[in-house]
Amino acid sequence: MDYVIEMLNITKVFGNFVANDNITLQLKKGEIHALLGENGAGKSTLMNVLFGLYQPDGGEIRVKGKSVKITDPNVANDLGIGMVHQHFMLVDTFTVTENIILGKEPKHGAGTIDIKSAAEEITRLSELYGLEVDPYAVVADISVGMQQRVEILKTLYRGADILIFDEPTASLTPQEIIELIDIMKKLISEGKSIILITHKLKEIMEVADRVTVIRRGKAIKTLNVAETNPTELASLMVGRDVVFKTEKKPANPKEEVLKVENLVVKDYRGVDKVKNLNLSVRRGEILGIAGVDGNGQTELIEAITGLRRVESGNITLVGKDITNLKPRKITETGLGHIPQDRHRHGLVLNFSVGENFVLQSYYHEPFSKIGVLQNREIYNYANKLIEEYDVRTQSAYEPARALSGGNQQKVIIGREIDRDPDLLIAAQPTRGLDVGAIEFIHKRLIEQRDNGKAVLLISFELDEVMNVSDRIAVIFDGQILDIVNPKETNEQELGLLMAGHKVDRDNHQQMLDQAVKKEGEE
Amino acid sequence: MSKRWTPILIPVLAVILGLLVGAVIIAISGYNPIVGYAQLWEGIFGDSYVIGESIRQITPYVLAGLAVAFAFKTGLFNIGVEGQLIVGWFAAVYVGISFDLPAYIHLPLAILAAGLAGAFWAFIPGILKAKLGVNEVVVTIMLNYTALHVTNALIRSIAKGDTTEQIAQTASLRIPFFEEITQYSRLHGGIFIAILTVIIIWFILEKTTLGYELKAAGFSQDASKYAGMNVPRNIVISMVISGFIAGLAGAMEGLGTFEYVSTKTAMTGIGFDGIAVAVLGGNNPIGVVFGAILFGALKYGSLNMPNPPAQIPEEMISVIIAVIIFFVASGYLFQWLYEKFSKKKGVK
Ligand SMILES: Nc1ncnc2c1ncn2[C@@H]1O[C@H](COP(=O)(O)OP(=O)(O)OP(=O)(O)O)[C@@H](O)[C@H]1O
Ligand SMILES: [Mg+2]
Repeated sequence: MDYVIEMLNITKVFGNFVANDNITLQLKKGEIHALLGENGAGKSTLMNVLFGLYQPDGGEIRVKGKSVKITDPNVANDLGIGMVHQHFMLVDTFTVTENIILGKEPKHGAGTIDIKSAAEEITRLSELYGLEVDPYAVVADISVGMQQRVEILKTLYRGADILIFDEPTASLTPQEIIELIDIMKKLISEGKSIILITHKLKEIMEVADRVTVIRRGKAIKTLNVAETNPTELASLMVGRDVVFKTEKKPANPKEEVLKVENLVVKDYRGVDKVKNLNLSVRRGEILGIAGVDGNGQTELIEAITGLRRVESGNITLVGKDITNLKPRKITETGLGHIPQDRHRHGLVLNFSVGENFVLQSYYHEPFSKIGVLQNREIYNYANKLIEEYDVRTQSAYEPARALSGGNQQKVIIGREIDRDPDLLIAAQPTRGLDVGAIEFIHKRLIEQRDNGKAVLLISFELDEVMNVSDRIAVIFDGQILDIVNPKETNEQELGLLMAGHKVDRDNHQQMLDQAVKKEGEE
Repeated sequence: MSKRWTPILIPVLAVILGLLVGAVIIAISGYNPIVGYAQLWEGIFGDSYVIGESIRQITPYVLAGLAVAFAFKTGLFNIGVEGQLIVGWFAAVYVGISFDLPAYIHLPLAILAAGLAGAFWAFIPGILKAKLGVNEVVVTIMLNYTALHVTNALIRSIAKGDTTEQIAQTASLRIPFFEEITQYSRLHGGIFIAILTVIIIWFILEKTTLGYELKAAGFSQDASKYAGMNVPRNIVISMVISGFIAGLAGAMEGLGTFEYVSTKTAMTGIGFDGIAVAVLGGNNPIGVVFGAILFGALKYGSLNMPNPPAQIPEEMISVIIAVIIFFVASGYLFQWLYEKFSKKKGVK
């Protein structure tokens, strides 16, 4: 058999915790091999071993049949292995080109960097694989999707023919995901081989040839994708059956908790992003906000949570005017917030898991008394939440940095839900979570609702919005274009609305035709 | 187990290696390293006088290092410890000579004045950073020079010369008993204040909500804002506390070592050395004490190296100190080597 990579009986231990237990993974030439497993199952760890970031404590790695020791990423690069990490590793203040060539700069005779020929090479690669980037843009200014293409180019520039993608779609919009899938197919047709980590079974079914399932550090099974189905994969990975569509009782909405009136918010460049937006969320309901990224969702959330200035308009929470109040005042009025970007906002990565659990409540009793932290209380509380939310960590004293991506997310979710806020804003709450955890989180959101609290859910995943919400508000160009009932709508209608075409329900078909025509004209 | 010991192991290894490399440099320069190190040892521990003087030298280093480390823990780079120390020194002496009070008021008042002067000097870059986003490094560096020249001018105006009169004994940190047991070295009671400050700062950082907030801002401003912390206010508080500690370091010189203040043509260097002390101590309050002991002892003990028979130039010790700091700063190298070794052993 023609294997390009063979990881044989790999074991990796952290302290006395076995993250990879005797895992064998074989990658055929020209295949997309998916790696599936719960949060904290050890997927990233295994790939970091292959990329030379971690040294295995046991087992053997063979590249193209030859036994190798991958002592650091440079060795991996030389062997033709490239990795696109779960959390990007780019220098924000550098340009795209500078990031790509970093560490492998082409030089002029005099030893200065030959940016021009580098940019040319990058343009060549990006055309070959359909990876559209602007070589001279600064990374801080480009979209997440483009940052990812930069990461891919980085590996290709180094001559990689074996690519590792660690949850590449977790932070992408649906449109960007479609593009990425095309890119992956293109890479395969050019003779590359890919290992793909993802929690999205749909993606595995769509692009992967084979899949290896890992559970709690052990490889459970390797299957041909053609011979399996999402239900089987989910139960293999979690070890029990998973319900994809969460059951819920009909909503029982009561009085208004959040009222947004004529809201105007500018983005960081001073451009109006939320334009006269009106919105209301009531007790006992989950309002989902659907929309293409960049239509004002981020600014809307930041305005409600007090992280961004409101230009004009009003925000009322449980009957109190919270417009332009300080974040803490708003939090105390009754707001919980699961932020979109967990690394930037949701966690202090260098703090312990326990310290992160009290990030919003450290300053009041029982976690502190007269300004002195009560560590016993803090860690008792942390242990309670670790149990309840099934956070896979060695202990509450572990720095949040050491947790797997999905488990970091669980820490945030546990913290925010447990404060039992009147309004819970959940922005992409299940990003990077495994299907089992997603099911659990959806249940908790619905539970909040059933306890008479309000939930505002922002998500790019239509499945999620349609499954969990009681009403769906579609945001387009800084305004709520329409509010629809998830039971009476479908992906097609939502898709049109998200693209800015308002649908007249009595005249549905006619509008559909019109919209298609209009799109053609544009 | 390895994890717990590395914070101690690395500096110890670094010091040993630094001394070894230093020995090689001394030997290459044509001197005898064994004789030289023997004299260094004598210069630190030789008799009660040098022990007293070594401790006296260590005292301001503890505080200067602590000031740098505290700011650093909260994400700020206070290069202005030097200037804050200089204004603190002046303020302490000013109070020391201007009032006639009982010792139990006079001494605390003079120490407090030093702290407040340093705090004020650090408040300026703090507020500029918090309100206008001005880089604190640039401002603190400039304020070092301002501090130097402003205090020089003030000294001339109150002293009608280059040196003030001696402070009143009611404001002095000196303890006759200490002087007696150390053959009349300048060892004073300031070391207790330094240790007490270390404990208080450790407590603030590790056990209080204020420390929690300051550290959170140091690690991630975005997360702090998300959690509703007042980041600009915390920047100011952090700078002010750091400056207060630096001012106390000035009090050690003004109320203990010298008991006067005179105009300076150059910086004292203690504030800058504080950066090195903080690095040696891993920016940890307790670590800073060890960093200061090492730094202060080497610095003072080296004064004995130029004496015969070793006759090693004093500058050589600066090289050795630099080498030690280099090794500590590149501590990850040791960690890496250490892991390499333990890995090899583990596999076999
Ligand atoms: N550097 C580390 N030190 C200690 N423990 C670690 C370290 N890195 C990972 N772990 C632990 O190893 C386990 C596996 O982590 P890993 O990141 O491989 O999970 P994952 O399968 O990628 O999960 P996710 O889907 O959530 O990203 C986790 O329980 C994590 O806490
Ligand atoms: Mg992972």
